Amino acid sequence: MSRTIEFRDALREAMSEEMRRDARVFLMGEEVAEYNGAYKVSRGMLEEFGPRRVIDTPISETGFAGLGIGAAMMGLRPIIEFMSWSFSLVAADQVINNAPKMRYMSGGQFGCPIVFRGNDGAGGQLGSTHSWCVEGLYANVPGVKIAIPFDAHDAKGLLKTAIRDDNPVFFLESERLLGVKGEVPEEEYTIPFGEALVRRAGEDCTIVSFGRPVGFCLEAAEALSKEGIECEVIDGRTIRPLDIETIVRSVRKTNCCVVVDQSWPFASPGSEIAAQVHQACFDDLDNHVYRVHSDDVPAPYAYNLEQEMLPNVRKVCEAVRGVTYRE
Amino acid sequence: MGTATTSRPADENPAAALGPEVLRQWLRDMLLIREFEVRTMQAYQNRQIGGFCHVYIGQEAVAVGCAAAVNPDDPIITAYRDHGHGLARGMEGRYGMAEMFGRIGGCAKGKGGSMHFFDAPHHMYGGHGIVGAQCPLGAGLAFATKYEDEVIKGGESNRVTLCFLGDGALNQGAFHEAMNLAGVLDLPVIFICENNGYSMGTAIRRGTTMGHDITKKAIGYGMDSTVIDGMDIIKVYNGMKPLIETCRAMSRPAFVDIQTYRYKGHSMSDPRKYRTREEEQQYEADDPIERLRRRLSEEHGLTDEEFSAMTKAVKREVREAVKWAEASPPPDISELYTDVITEHRGPYRGTSLPEMLRNRERT
Repeated sequence: MSRTIEFRDALREAMSEEMRRDARVFLMGEEVAEYNGAYKVSRGMLEEFGPRRVIDTPISETGFAGLGIGAAMMGLRPIIEFMSWSFSLVAADQVINNAPKMRYMSGGQFGCPIVFRGNDGAGGQLGSTHSWCVEGLYANVPGVKIAIPFDAHDAKGLLKTAIRDDNPVFFLESERLLGVKGEVPEEEYTIPFGEALVRRAGEDCTIVSFGRPVGFCLEAAEALSKEGIECEVIDGRTIRPLDIETIVRSVRKTNCCVVVDQSWPFASPGSEIAAQVHQACFDDLDNHVYRVHSDDVPAPYAYNLEQEMLPNVRKVCEAVRGVTYRE
Repeated sequence: MGTATTSRPADENPAAALGPEVLRQWLRDMLLIREFEVRTMQAYQNRQIGGFCHVYIGQEAVAVGCAAAVNPDDPIITAYRDHGHGLARGMEGRYGMAEMFGRIGGCAKGKGGSMHFFDAPHHMYGGHGIVGAQCPLGAGLAFATKYEDEVIKGGESNRVTLCFLGDGALNQGAFHEAMNLAGVLDLPVIFICENNGYSMGTAIRRGTTMGHDITKKAIGYGMDSTVIDGMDIIKVYNGMKPLIETCRAMSRPAFVDIQTYRYKGHSMSDPRKYRTREEEQQYEADDPIERLRRRLSEEHGLTDEEFSAMTKAVKREVREAVKWAEASPPPDISELYTDVITEHRGPYRGTSLPEMLRNRERT
């Protein structure tokens, strides 16, 4: 049995179920409790779990990110909400210098089973400082896992896995997806990390993406189908670990690959996937891997400029036509 | 939330209730740290130790006195001048020395180095290299003990976290955010500023507003605070004990300015041109080990022979620690790929514990 719920409700169900299951799990962040969440993700959780487990913090990212890491070192399982991943940058020392390295630096003595989660990517005319796609920065760091769900079903299943994981997980949500409804089973389920999902089968071109741009890829695939190009759309679901096997299997079939990644092009998950595909599929490729990214500029405010800067359906279509020599 | 007061605990002398054996143990522990650090400097000069290395000579009374004033299961955390805290907490010298030698027998299997001493059985949560970054972690440890005691076990908060920092950390945002969170969330943590007067080469008056009275910083965070003479272990213990017990009973944070002095440079490559030799000599003449030794001989009959035997025993212990560390092999190259993530995936090979912890239950 399944029902149709919003992405944000799927996130809340994941957190609430895990908090019922394990007393070590708690939620902390700005406006998560009394305000019911800046984006209403944690709506009702204070009522159920009380202020000891759903904890409002001041605007103090370094402080509460670090507090969560200290608590995780002692064996608790904090969920730390960043209202926006853009704000994680003021806590970068804690987030990428402490969390992912604690187990290594301590020679295996202290782990860091923590989930940092929040909105990632452009929200909608928020300007440059609030529109970060942090996967381009943070995927470079060993020791972190990065999940980036596209729909409500995956949001719930991946977040439950993240909370149970013994390692730090960066969970990247999109504000633009929070209100999107999707089918979510009634019964409990989790989705393992490192298992990509083929969202659409096709023979002519592989499109790989993560998070919100997966939707652009599916839309582009429908449009391209009318032109006689059948795309296979792979939703990576996690960037670290990366399910390169599923991608390679698909590229060996289609011989063409487009990577759609909402971060900037230079040294990005997209460039990493392109490199790995070139390495694994050198003799299978009919063309070099094409990449669609956010343009290599700060995010602008003006609506038309922002739409042009971000990955979009048009850019995906152009890339697919290019890589398949249909221009 | 409490109100801030700045006070010296006036007539309280909890150390008076301790037997001379306890004070002798403190003397021995301070001697051990000093000898350990002397051998550390030698080993560094012999290139057996690499990287950055910060020794604790001069500050021994702080770590030993504070460790004596808490329970063994109260968590502690500190910055990169961490050898003294590890030893004061009970880490065997050989594990620390092997860590600095980059050997598999080290407390972190040679993967942390001088600045990253960790010891889970002794509730020592590091050893942290970035100035001030350990302060939010310290708040988190206190959050976790309170959460475990109250939310999970349904009892009362019963542990106190000691979060050490240097005076340089006073100027870091992480310190202030941790102080604020500890205040607003009523966390049982004591922030202990080991105020040795210099953040690397910058005298406190040059870098810290109100550097002449840093306890004023605690007022804004609603915390009790006190100033302690860190060159006298009895004063350290007497100053810390009531604060710790109040913190334990009330689950309220506190701040301490322990005034101390590092005899050596900031790190091994510091020519100390920012301070005078006279100033150094003045502090060295007021040595914390000498002070306790004098007190023990005047009040508890410690003889020169006993002191000499104690010194010899400590030297032997550290010599053996060095030998043990030298005999410990470098980590196998496979260690590069362990402890990154917990599972076997891609190049990663799961996780394993250092020798120090094997066959040992966490207490």
